[in-house]
Amino acid sequence: MSSITNHLKTVGSPSLKELKGSPGFPDELHLKKGPIAIIECIEEIPCNPCETACPRGAIIVGHPITKLPVLDVEKCIGCGLCIAACPGLAIYVKDYTYSDTEAMIVFPYEYYPLPSTGDKVTMVNRRGREVCGGKVVRINISEKNNKTPVISVSFPKKYFEKVVSMKRLLNKRFLSQWTIHL
Amino acid sequence: MYKTSIAVIGGGPAGLSAAIEAAKAGAQVVVMDENSRPGGQLFKQIHKFFGSQQHKAGVRGIDIGKELLEETQKLGIEVWLDTEVCGIESNKLLWVVKNKTKSVQVLAERIILASGAIENSIYFPGWTLPGVMGAGAAQTFINIYRVAPGKRILMIGSGNVGVIVSYQLLQAGCEVAAIVEAAPKLGGYGVHTAKVCRAGVPFYTSHTVLRALGENKVESAVIIELDDSWNPIPGTEKVFEVDTICIATGLTPLAELAWIAGCRFKYVPALGGFVPLHDDNMETTIEGLYVAGDVTGIEEASSAMEEGRLAGINTVASLGFYSDKQRERLCNEVRERLDALRRGPFGEKRKTSKEEIITSRKEIQCPQ
Repeated sequence: MSSITNHLKTVGSPSLKELKGSPGFPDELHLKKGPIAIIECIEEIPCNPCETACPRGAIIVGHPITKLPVLDVEKCIGCGLCIAACPGLAIYVKDYTYSDTEAMIVFPYEYYPLPSTGDKVTMVNRRGREVCGGKVVRINISEKNNKTPVISVSFPKKYFEKVVSMKRLLNKRFLSQWTIHL
Repeated sequence: MYKTSIAVIGGGPAGLSAAIEAAKAGAQVVVMDENSRPGGQLFKQIHKFFGSQQHKAGVRGIDIGKELLEETQKLGIEVWLDTEVCGIESNKLLWVVKNKTKSVQVLAERIILASGAIENSIYFPGWTLPGVMGAGAAQTFINIYRVAPGKRILMIGSGNVGVIVSYQLLQAGCEVAAIVEAAPKLGGYGVHTAKVCRAGVPFYTSHTVLRALGENKVESAVIIELDDSWNPIPGTEKVFEVDTICIATGLTPLAELAWIAGCRFKYVPALGGFVPLHDDNMETTIEGLYVAGDVTGIEEASSAMEEGRLAGINTVASLGFYSDKQRERLCNEVRERLDALRRGPFGEKRKTSKEEIITSRKEIQCPQ
């Protein structure tokens, strides 16, 4: 394994430096221009559904399918069709221009219970650490997502770079069941 | 005695794909599986598969399993469940214990062995305490029986199995205290490790489990750091309060039947241990005995299905169902898809190891 992926292969998550050197991570200018897909896929594995999912041809994997996905920042409009298509849950969409003070993230979330629209949730970074609060704007559970809910959350702009997901909600039903059984 | 054209041993992704391919050509096929349900590990795999559209990328393992079973039914393939194949004799006579009760002899013209793999274990003080289990067992608990094996889990091993099962335990509502990896680098796909990492699960590389503690069940686990020569460093112990320890330290091909049949083997660590030699049509050193899937080296379900198809096509071709030209065309399609899966930093080693198996097979003169 190349030394480029050192952080990924020891900590478990890619570092910002590793990401910025990868072809699926938009440059600073496009990152803040409007909604855009961010692909955190920096290791060559045989996989290309992101390419197939994009109706605008903004993601290219090509042949062989182990090549890293390349994001065409000019073509990507941040529609988010690639989010649930990625088997690795490695793609999300961010919009820096969501409002004057807030940014938006649209990310895959395969845990129960799901939050509800309007809920206040805690946003986390790549290592699961709490970064800031957020507000659920939309929950997309369309059949096309094949059971991967896609959640939109707005959060303060100044945490734009750090936020990648939300903290899991506790499943109280499961916990109480366990107390009885164990 | 029961007579069949093709006997497939193992009803997992490789075996079912082989059976489907053979039945499509018109051959009579019977699939035998020791489990009470077919599908092998597919029905535990609730995650989306990688690959391309041709490999069913994006489809969840459980749905691929359903598709294979539907096709199996549609083609009228006979499936014997709770059926253990206990021996293979040289003239392709199988000794089978059907439905756990009845001893049956099955005479097959061709045999496809797709018996899969078994989980490796590691041994440490306290490992016999209830609460210590294979990652596969934990996955069966949550995804087949919908029962949480515990509240708080320590995962040993960061390969794809360890990381995927950790994720699925989180999905089931469990807590994963940490994932421990003896090597200095994590084994699984980066997208998998990143997924559990952002769920707040810490990884400990160059660490191993030292002991499990508890009265009548696991109450805690002690891990310890390893030096460059993989020796424990005293004083680096860390204690985790957990009620479950899952072991995901690799798999070994389940190849006893190939040994019994007299196949020639090669020891290939990258493929999980001793694997039966086979040619690029999946035929072993015993004429008419084919292999597919994890029994030929540990990979994943996507490649197991392709190998199964390859074995299926070649078995029926050897019985005259396909012309050489048809066989070549069909095989090449499968080989291309297999090749696509065996690339990149993860696939390359498997590819060269597989080629080693095929080369070694060529060097051996078959007795028959």
